[in-house]
Amino acid sequence: MTRYVSILLTFARACLVRDMTFRANFVLECVTSLGWMAMNLAFYLLVFTFTPEIGLGTGWTKAPFFAFVATGMIINSIVQALFMPSAEELTEMVRTGGLDGILVQPLDAQFLVSMHRIDFSAFANGLVGVGLLAWAIPRLPQPPHPVAILLYPLLVVCGVAILYSLVIMLAAATIHLGRNQSLYDFWFYLTNFSRYPAEIYSGPWGGPLRALCTFVIPILLVVNVPARVIAQPLTGQAGMMVAGTVFAAAAALVISRWVFQSALSKYRSASS
Amino acid sequence: MTSAASDPAPSGFLARRRLGLRVWWTMLVICLEERLVYRGDFVLGTLMRFLPIVTQVFLWTAVFGATSSGSIAGYSRNDIVAYYLLTMVSRAFSSMPGLASGIARSIRDGSIKKYLVQPVDYVGYLLAARIAHKLVYYAVATLPFAGVFLFCRDYFPPIPDWTTLGAFTLSLVLSFLLGFFMEATLGMLGFWFLEVSSIVFAYMLVQYMLSGHMFPLDMLRDIPTGVAGVSVADVVRFLPFEYTAYFPAAVWLGKVQGAELVRSLVVEAAWVGVMIVACRIAWWRGTRRYSAFGG
Repeated sequence: MTRYVSILLTFARACLVRDMTFRANFVLECVTSLGWMAMNLAFYLLVFTFTPEIGLGTGWTKAPFFAFVATGMIINSIVQALFMPSAEELTEMVRTGGLDGILVQPLDAQFLVSMHRIDFSAFANGLVGVGLLAWAIPRLPQPPHPVAILLYPLLVVCGVAILYSLVIMLAAATIHLGRNQSLYDFWFYLTNFSRYPAEIYSGPWGGPLRALCTFVIPILLVVNVPARVIAQPLTGQAGMMVAGTVFAAAAALVISRWVFQSALSKYRSASS
Repeated sequence: MTSAASDPAPSGFLARRRLGLRVWWTMLVICLEERLVYRGDFVLGTLMRFLPIVTQVFLWTAVFGATSSGSIAGYSRNDIVAYYLLTMVSRAFSSMPGLASGIARSIRDGSIKKYLVQPVDYVGYLLAARIAHKLVYYAVATLPFAGVFLFCRDYFPPIPDWTTLGAFTLSLVLSFLLGFFMEATLGMLGFWFLEVSSIVFAYMLVQYMLSGHMFPLDMLRDIPTGVAGVSVADVVRFLPFEYTAYFPAAVWLGKVQGAELVRSLVVEAAWVGVMIVACRIAWWRGTRRYSAFGG
């Protein structure tokens, strides 16, 4: 374990050195990344000019909703920074045979494939998310319960674990498809479902969709549960939600590991 | 293309035209075949584009559910759903994934130089490749599009008259050309800046918001700019982005009619003209300062 931590730190240092070599590009990436966030926030502000609440009686008024958005920003920035750059590279590695170089290393292939590149500029969004959360919390109708504050980091980690599992499974699909240039798009579109409170998925179509995105692909747990815990009063269901999220995160990690290993067993080198 | 290229140089205007068309056709066929090599990836990518619409439909349904008004910026809930679906059609024409970054990459790695020594127009080649990409995309996407539109038919107003349908079709063709030449021009910035990924991303951001892809631009009508009597929507109307998503959808929904429709189509065509000239100038000036990288 210590060895892997040490290697991860080496990767991080190398990536930071690389980023700092092209400082202007790094700053531009931070700015554009923040621009994307600013654009989304502007959209939400626009929506709140037309309505006081997202869904009647849901409790997602402006401040709780922005706490929700902030939680999403924090979780997504961690995934974007730590896992997405490496997973995206896998798609080309499979096509060009570069994955061979990973497989012959005396290290776990999944570790190398998912963590060898770190995008430090993606953390900028997370910092903005922390700032937005700090803005939203004092404006909540009810201050968060102390237990909620303790649970929040754990649930954020669970959210990251679920998204990481998703990234790994999508990356593994590359091995079957030969090329999966849509990996990033698919991840973006799928995580799109997690960007809004689960209550919006209601009605004859929304109900089943909500169940699907909670129990089959637990994407709705990623942001909803930590955001609900911090932004809305704790109810009797909270314990169940938290336990369910922790279980879903653990199950997602195990399943993604199995999917990745199965995909690797079907890998045929493309290099000569 | 090989046979066309190995033929002796033709004399006469018609023969040269015929050769030009054959080269162009061959490029189109090659690009079609290339597109179909990775069919799984392509089909997956096509189907995924419908996913964001689903969240938008639910979001706006929740917004309408929490507000007492049945209309937001002149759009009912049904109009909003129809609008998002129609912008999907607009974006199917105007979006050019990978075009700008592809051009910049070929400048950076030196592979662009083969187009400098061959009797092939690079921009023409890219246009053929993009048409091929779109043809395959439409072939794959027509069925899911038809299915989704049929499923959501109750959200749409009655089918517009022939004039509106004609204007809608024209606006889509122009949006394809506008999207292509804007992105191609952007990619050619690679002649000046080797790494343009951040510029492309910034462009995508602006484009996504100001094209109306994110929400109907009419919603910006009441957002002030600080200048008396000028709203954000007024400023956005001066930019070309709205023609790549908002405008065709607004035409179908009857939000733009009569003289305003004609004026907007003329402005869209003018933007296409401006971007064609900008692209040609960027190519001409860029190739003059280009020094090849790579072996």
